[in-house]
Amino acid sequence: MAPHTEQLTRPATAVQLRSLHRSFGERTILDGIDLELPAGQFTALLGHSGSGKSTLLRAIAGLDHGVAGSGQVAAPRQVSVVFQDSRLLPWRGVLDNVLLGLDGKDAARRGRAALAEVGLEGRERAWPGELSGGEAQRAALARALVREPELLLADEPFGALDALTRIRMHHLLRELWERHRPSVLLVTHDVDEAIVLADRVLVLERGRIGLDLTIDRPHPRSYREPVLGEYRERLLGALGVTEDHR
Amino acid sequence: MTAVTTTPTPTAIASGEPPPVRRRRRLSPGRRLPAARLAGPLLVLAAWAIASAAGQLDPAAIPAPWTVLRTLGRLWTDGTLPTDVLTSLRRAAYGFTIGLVAGVLLALLSGLSRTGEALIDGTVQLNRAIPTLGLIPLFILWLGIGETFKIAIIAIVVYVPVYLNTHAALAGIDSRYVELAEVQGLSRLGFVRQVVIPGALPGFFVGLRLGVTGSWLGLVVLEQINATSGLGYLMFQAQNYGRTDTILVGLLIYGVFGLVSDSAVRLIERRVLSWRRTLSS
Repeated sequence: MAPHTEQLTRPATAVQLRSLHRSFGERTILDGIDLELPAGQFTALLGHSGSGKSTLLRAIAGLDHGVAGSGQVAAPRQVSVVFQDSRLLPWRGVLDNVLLGLDGKDAARRGRAALAEVGLEGRERAWPGELSGGEAQRAALARALVREPELLLADEPFGALDALTRIRMHHLLRELWERHRPSVLLVTHDVDEAIVLADRVLVLERGRIGLDLTIDRPHPRSYREPVLGEYRERLLGALGVTEDHR
Repeated sequence: MTAVTTTPTPTAIASGEPPPVRRRRRLSPGRRLPAARLAGPLLVLAAWAIASAAGQLDPAAIPAPWTVLRTLGRLWTDGTLPTDVLTSLRRAAYGFTIGLVAGVLLALLSGLSRTGEALIDGTVQLNRAIPTLGLIPLFILWLGIGETFKIAIIAIVVYVPVYLNTHAALAGIDSRYVELAEVQGLSRLGFVRQVVIPGALPGFFVGLRLGVTGSWLGLVVLEQINATSGLGYLMFQAQNYGRTDTILVGLLIYGVFGLVSDSAVRLIERRVLSWRRTLSS
């Protein structure tokens, strides 16, 4: 139907939300969200805890059964999700965890390649209980990427990691994104994480997108880049954190 | 410098010794003694032997260990004991197998489908409320006093803990894993096979071990009430003739049965749940 063949293989828009409402009981969590995520864009979604970030992500992932709401969600077929906990099945080895839900003759080879990509070569047969927090989260990333997702949803994936591991994981995630170019929606409450990683930052406030900021700076970015300070001020402002709060 | 210290052994500071290479957790009970599980029983055995040799025990009430062993040898060679042991083992094995299969099948049916749960779970819970050994009179009237009734009772004693623990484990599967399976696009069958069943195995093994213990308990009771063969019957007869040594032989063999079967289940459990060792070690 579409005259443009490239649009067939890779539509320009990965995610499209139209007046998305979600509520838990009396409380409205998402209050009419309209949002478009272009294909291949690295977007971060910022917000206070309880602002509905996860609700929005779960709505896109189609995981919000039983939540009251309305609106339209258009998302690609191949969606991978990385959770805050690595969510590896403790009774399956690392490689078998990566291959969960994947079949085909080629699967094992692809799984090994994905593990190598996240730096877990040689740990294929380890049990998840033997991995450190960072390693487990790497395995979770490999499990998400091996499916070659068009959209990668990450729900505070580094929230439970220590600061040093987190910085290393930031580099890894960005590197993987540059190689595979999925659309990414990274949910986080860490302003610096959003600034360093994403090309576009959304702030979720009172159920709506309060700020939609494009960060047009080259990668890799350092936390100390003075220019980023301006973005930080604007984002903190949108989150309602002013100078005298700090 | 001595006021606050994190060094675990104060004596080492005082004497200036290098800290031990293998550090011990301060609140742990300490290193395991060699052959720790055998030490207690061996001590009891030694006390028994010494008291018997010293003539402190009435041989009619508690015969000496060597008398028990001699009786064991005599009963084994004169032909009645091997048949009795085989009869008992067969009863326990049939009853246990039937109970195990029934427990697992019912738990799967009830744990994996709402209809199954509605039909099965309440019924089993009701069954559990009735002490199984209390069913003996009824079962004798239904099935006669032969082998069928004994096997049926043992099967019921076994299926209840197997069902309860397996069902609880199946129903209690972590909802985060359900979500994961959904994200990974697992089919319902794949979800059951790769997530639910392996996740329920620890619970199943708890039930299995209770079932094994239960099968021996059921066996002992059944064989002593109304049997004409088997280990319990042998002990019952010995009671009539005041043969304490034969009774002790029976108890010894029951003990060996229990110990061997429990160790076997533990061994299987360790193999199957090897992923768990990484957490506990």
